[in-house]
Amino acid sequence: MAKGLAADGWDVTAVDESEDALGRLGPDWRGGFVVGHGLDMTMLERAGVSDADAAVVSTDGDNTNLVIGQVLQKRYGIGTVVVRVLDPARARFYAERGLKTVCPTQTAISVLRDAVNATQLEPSEA
Amino acid sequence: MYVVIAGGGKVGANVTRSLLEMGHEVTLIEQRPDRFARLEGEFGPVVIRGDATEISVLERAGIARPPELLLAVTGDDEDNLVISQIGKEGYGVGKAIARVNDPRNQEHFDLLGITQTICATTSVLGLVEHEVPEHGMVRLLELQREGLEVVEVQIESGSPAAGSRAGGLSLPGGSRLISVFRHGRTELVEPGTVMRPGDQVLAVVTHDSAPELRRVLLGAPK
Repeated sequence: MAKGLAADGWDVTAVDESEDALGRLGPDWRGGFVVGHGLDMTMLERAGVSDADAAVVSTDGDNTNLVIGQVLQKRYGIGTVVVRVLDPARARFYAERGLKTVCPTQTAISVLRDAVNATQLEPSEA
Repeated sequence: MYVVIAGGGKVGANVTRSLLEMGHEVTLIEQRPDRFARLEGEFGPVVIRGDATEISVLERAGIARPPELLLAVTGDDEDNLVISQIGKEGYGVGKAIARVNDPRNQEHFDLLGITQTICATTSVLGLVEHEVPEHGMVRLLELQREGLEVVEVQIESGSPAAGSRAGGLSLPGGSRLISVFRHGRTELVEPGTVMRPGDQVLAVVTHDSAPELRRVLLGAPK
């Protein structure tokens, strides 16, 4: 995500609890990188949330993402906040309340369902 | 009263026990299998197993009735916040109380509209402050939503307020003296009440005015 957005021309700062994540960005990473928890305001401000145009929240915890996303939207007024939520029900609940949620589970379900529905059915032997 | 409790740790389990003893109807939600087994042994069908941040689990616990009270007391602050939001905003639960494990997260609860919170660390610190008053003023109660605090100040012989009438003190806006405790008795403060060394003065003050109130009564911090 960070590498993709940087390639699209965005000025990107990545935030992670572990420094190991920096390694995953590769030796050519020219963007920012800050180590810390996504609910630590000091860290977020160091990462530049105060003048960010967009934020992507995709830690491995749905509820952590939902809380960070709302804080970024409400406290810092970031226009575009996208939040990863694996649980479809919670993703829908918060989407109905104005948060942009992306649910990979729902996407996978749609793709898998389309694949199954595309099956050519053999004429049944009645 | 019907109460849904999310999180069966020490807090959740003990509150469940007390509420049941008081005759209330309770559903307790616990995710961890080992804990669930132990709780089920004690409370029986009152306990259900599942992730209380999942809407289907909350519905199984009867969130749609809705309960008069929802307690989100897991060990995870983000979980507690999400549980409270789902209950209040999704199901019209009138009262949700959330546990704040890390006091640094308090501001997030406030921001996201979960105003009734309980934080053990903050409570303990309040007690410590009461035992070891810093700058002679003790915060007895904090009313978050109202932006007010109830404080207690002990007047010393060198305090600027000692010997002054209450009406003659130039107290900051947003503050009011309530009572004086002296010689084992409490008197309500009237404009003519004279502050004496040893008096314990109870006051209500806005957050912003608290330092100024302290200065008027006790002088600048040493």
